Parts: sequence; C-alpha cells; structure tokens
Amino acid sequence: MAYDKFTILKSTAVPMPIENVDTDQIIPARFLKATKREGFGDNLFRDWRYHPDGSPKEDFILNNPIYSGKILVGGKNFGSGSSREHAAWAIYDYGFRCVVSSFFADIFKGNSLNIGILPVQVSPAFLDKIFLAIEADPQTELEVNLPEQTITLLATGEQETFAINSYKKNNLMNGYDDIDYLRAMKEEIAAFEAARPY
Amino acid sequence: MSSQPTTLFDKVWDAHVVRKIEDGPDIFFIDRHFIHEVTSPVAFLGLESRGAGVLFPERTFATADHNTPTINQHLPVQDPLSANQLKALETNSAKYGISHWGLGHHKNGIVHVVGPENGITLPGMTIVCGDSHTSTHGAFGAIAFGIGTSEVEMVLATQCIMQPKPQKMRITVNGILGKAVLPKDVILYIIAQISASGATGYFVEYAGEVFENMSMEGRMTVCNMSIEMGARGGIIAPDATTLGYIEGRELAPKGEAWDTLVAYAQTLKTDEDATFDLEYTFDAADIEPQITYGTNPGLGTGISQHIPKAGDVKDGEASYQKSLKYMGFEEDESIIGKPVDYVFLGSCTNGRIEDFRAFASIIKGRKKADHVTAWLVPGSHVVEAQIKEEGILDILTEAGFQLRQPGCSACLAMNDDKIPTGKYAVSTSNRNFEGRQGPGARTLLASPLVAAAAAVTGQVTDPRELL
Ligand code: SF4
Repeated sequence: MAYDKFTILKSTAVPMPIENVDTDQIIPARFLKATKREGFGDNLFRDWRYHPDGSPKEDFILNNPIYSGKILVGGKNFGSGSSREHAAWAIYDYGFRCVVSSFFADIFKGNSLNIGILPVQVSPAFLDKIFLAIEADPQTELEVNLPEQTITLLATGEQETFAINSYKKNNLMNGYDDIDYLRAMKEEIAAFEAARPY
Repeated sequence: MSSQPTTLFDKVWDAHVVRKIEDGPDIFFIDRHFIHEVTSPVAFLGLESRGAGVLFPERTFATADHNTPTINQHLPVQDPLSANQLKALETNSAKYGISHWGLGHHKNGIVHVVGPENGITLPGMTIVCGDSHTSTHGAFGAIAFGIGTSEVEMVLATQCIMQPKPQKMRITVNGILGKAVLPKDVILYIIAQISASGATGYFVEYAGEVFENMSMEGRMTVCNMSIEMGARGGIIAPDATTLGYIEGRELAPKGEAWDTLVAYAQTLKTDEDATFDLEYTFDAADIEPQITYGTNPGLGTGISQHIPKAGDVKDGEASYQKSLKYMGFEEDESIIGKPVDYVFLGSCTNGRIEDFRAFASIIKGRKKADHVTAWLVPGSHVVEAQIKEEGILDILTEAGFQLRQPGCSACLAMNDDKIPTGKYAVSTSNRNFEGRQGPGARTLLASPLVAAAAAVTGQVTDPRELL
C-alpha cells in the first residue's frame, strides 16, 4: 500500500488509556468480507464507537470533538488478537499515522510498519505523563521525530527515545513499503528468476 | 563452500534467498503462487493502485474453491458476495494473464489438491498461497506456507516475500502402522502429543519409516495439518514415491527438464549429522485410530480411550473445560458410542482418491445410518472422475450416499454447507474450532475410516471392528 513519508510528526493526540485493545475491537470480524481495502476507518472501533442502531456513543473518545490529531495513544498491549491486517488499515484509514503505547502485540506492530503507521513504544512512566498532559490540555502537542527516534511532549520538553529496526525506519522515511523495496530490486529478482531450475 | 551438514529445509531455503537484509528479514524467492477468490481481490486492488503489474504471471495459478457451492455448479452462484469474489478472481486472472481454473473447469478443485495433481508442485520449490494449509505441498520436499493479503500482493508484484527464517524441528516416527491406522491418525496423534501450539515458530521435517512407506496422498494429509500444531509448515524428503507421483502429470517437467528434476530431487535430503533446534521421536505401534473431542486439533485421543480428565490435559484447565462444555461432553467419558448427526468426507486434508477408497472399504455392503446426513465432497474434478472410474460411486450409491461437487465445502462453511448448531459431525477436515463448520457446530476430527464407520453406524465406532 502506498502511504505518505514519515519524518517528523507534530500533532495533538487522542488518548485511549485502555489495556489490551485487541484487533476484534479495532475492527470487528464481520467487516472483513469486503473486497476493497478502503472505508475501514468508518468501522474503526465500531462497537465501542456506535450503538447497534448506528448512532454514536457520546462517551467514546473518538466521538468527543475536543480530542483530535494524527497520534493515537493507547494502553499496554495494544493490538493483541488475530493477525488481520484490516486492524492497521482501519487505523490508517481513519487518519492516524502513529500509535503510542508502552507495549505492542507483535503482529500488529509488523502490520503497522508494513502499511505506514509508526508504532512508538515508550516507558510506562512516560506513557502516564502523556495521558496526564493530554488530560490537562487536550490541545497539547507531541512531536515524533523518526530520524532522531525521539518522542517529545512539546509543552515541557520532556523526551524519550524509541527503538525501530533500520530497514523499517528507512522504509517509513522514504514512504516505501516492502513491495516498493522489492520492486526497486526488479532486475536482481529477474536475474535470480532466470537461474531457477523451474 | 562450507561442508557443514545441513537439513533438507536449509537446502531449499538457502537456494531461494535473493538477498539478506542486515537487521531485517530475508528476501525470499517464490517459485509457485496459488490464489483463490477470497484472499486475492484486495491484493489485486493494491497492485492496481500502485500501478504495478504481475511480474511473472506464469508462476501464479488461480482456482475457485473457498466459497463455491458443492451442488448445481452449472447454475449461477446464488450468494451475491461469493459471486462477486468469483467474478473478481476471473477478471483479475484474465487481466494479468494468470491461469484460472474457475467453477466448471476440468482442473477446478481445492487449491492444495489441484496443485499437486496437475504436476505444478515439485521438489525443492517454494510455494505460497493466501491459505494457511498451503503446508500441504511440503509433502513433495517443497517449502510451502500460508501468507497474508499484503504478501499476496507482494508475490504478485515481485515474486518475493520478506521472511525471517524459522527454527527447525524434526519429528521421526518409526515402525509399522497398525490395522486401520491412516496418515490422518499419525498427524492427529502427533498434534495430541505436542499440543496445538507445540511447534509455533518451527518448520517441521517428518522423517522415519512411517513417512517413507507412506503414499503421496498420505504425506499430503500429514503436511497439511502441520500448522495445527503451530508450525509454519512441514516437509518430507522427496524419494521414488514422490517422483513416481509427479511423472507424467500434465504440467510436470518432461524430457530433459524431467531429468534435471530427478537429479535435483536426489540432493534434497537432510545430511546425516545435521542438527535441529528440537526433535521428537514416536513409535508407530503406539498409534491407534484417533478422534478429537475438544475445540482445537490438539484435544484428541485414541478412539478406544476415554476423554481425559482435566488434570491430564496440557492445554490448561479453563480452555479444556470451555471446550468440553461447547462439545457437550464430560470428563472421562467413552467417545465410542457418541451419537453422530453429520459426516463430512472431504477438504484438502482428506479429499483425495485414497480417502474415498478408504471410506468405500467400510461402507461396501452396508447402509448409511438413516439419521446421518453425509456430505462426501471430492477435492477436485480429477478426484471426482477417479471415484466414478474406479466404481467407488456405485458403492457409495448402493449404500445410500450421494457425491457432491468439488470445493472446500464444510471445511470452513463459507458456502451453504454448514453443520447446524449443536449437531455432531465426524469430519475428515483439519479444524474443530468453535463455529468453524457453522455457528454452534460440534466437530470431531478423524480419518476417512472413522468417518465411514460413523456414517454406517450413526455413532462413533472403532473402524477396526468393521474391517
Ligand atoms: S479445504 Fe479447508 S483448509 Fe483446505 S483450502 Fe479449503 S478452506 Fe482451506
């Protein structure tokens, strides 16, 4: 999937201080039958976000207009459950580019990186600071700097570094996904193919 | 060149690494790619939106199987969503020049049945498909595994995927299998021994006399279920049986190309002193016909045994109890004699000609139990034709059974073949998860012989008594 390059993201954030947000909550199974990839954002957190009749649940964070931004801040063990890539599609399609948590489920992390979402893992203490800062001022901004691998609370200057493997970092900064990377190797692959016995 | 002893798996893997990424996965070349109607449409849309083509369309093969009807295939497909997906497969295949075996095509059938039977699956290959039971093709000494939708797109566009190399496990089974013990029993036994997650993170090589003496159909049944113990896939060294199966098949190499294949296949075995990250050894004499009683394939036992007591199960008490509750069973009950409502013979696990022969060997001269609904679904048109040619259809008909048309059918119940809520089905497929064969369906996984015994007696029956 083509996505926008990621270098430095300065944005307000949406807080979701819930642990173990699983992929079934992010996008329920019944929305996987589609033959298209678009539109999953409409069903992001579907059953937390809407009543069965389709009316919005007032108390859910995405329905509260004072919170907005391209960064989603979640509780520990974000993205557990099935391997469905649709969960990451839904988050991206809704407009998030970065998810911050103190721990990510493995497959969700891989899927996110594949489609242009940066998962930023911070310490539990820093995660609490972020939640408190947003609670105190919903307009407070975070800066996620991928080249430097830092995340900063701009109001106070408090900062942490985060880890990412150099291959994936390069992909995100250039807006490449694995497919772009592989397509750029077309000649090498073609030569390899020609030498296959079958 | 290093003279380090290596495993069969290493040999095939290393031959397909186009490039190693430092601090990243291997770039891994794929020889054969199978696609079907359910997991491919979004991948093609992705291709289109990035303006990419299919790099080597002759390396991809399309068949319709997952949500196709198994009766009246000549009529338009009723379910609009299924019809939509089938249409997409046809249009995309035509657009990019991919061989497409749609409904009604003489080569149509379940993806993991038609690949081998047409001579597409060969030793030493890498094979992927957006279906986890792609592990089936490992029976030929190939590295074969299931992939996600992004990877389907990746293979279409570049014929490669990014893969970290898994760890290696070897499972050896020596000895001679007992009466009525089929390959399905061997793999169900192994899964019960090491549990449904016991091979997570590993690629498994099967070795020993039992597999050496096994037919290709049997080896496919075994490799097929590798992923039910968490493995990425399973592999068996190619031998004369393998080559005998492939030779002469329509799309298999001919002439000089055949000689090359034979020479290559001979190099594909694990060296004497090669090491594995984990090894298990079992004795064929310990394996009797198996059946599952719970809701994962690891919750199974010998058919003459009682359902184990909670304390004796590796899976954890809570999930074990939940499983028994769903199945409507109690601890320490006999499984023999449990009433059966449905029998399903089919799927990429047991939908091949040998499975129908085994089934027929028990029902011959007997009658289907009145209250049993039986769905007998060949894995492909080729299997269907063999059933007729060999006179198996006559045996089935005389015993009161009907034969359906090829497809995945009740294996995942995406079409109309759904087991109703609360009903018991003895199934030759591969998963007994809650709701897998229909909402509320209760599945007992077993071999074609156990399925046949249930179909004629209407209850779980030891097939050794009927042979
Ligand atoms: S028969 Fe079942 S396991 Fe096999 S390909 Fe079809 S759905 Fe997948």
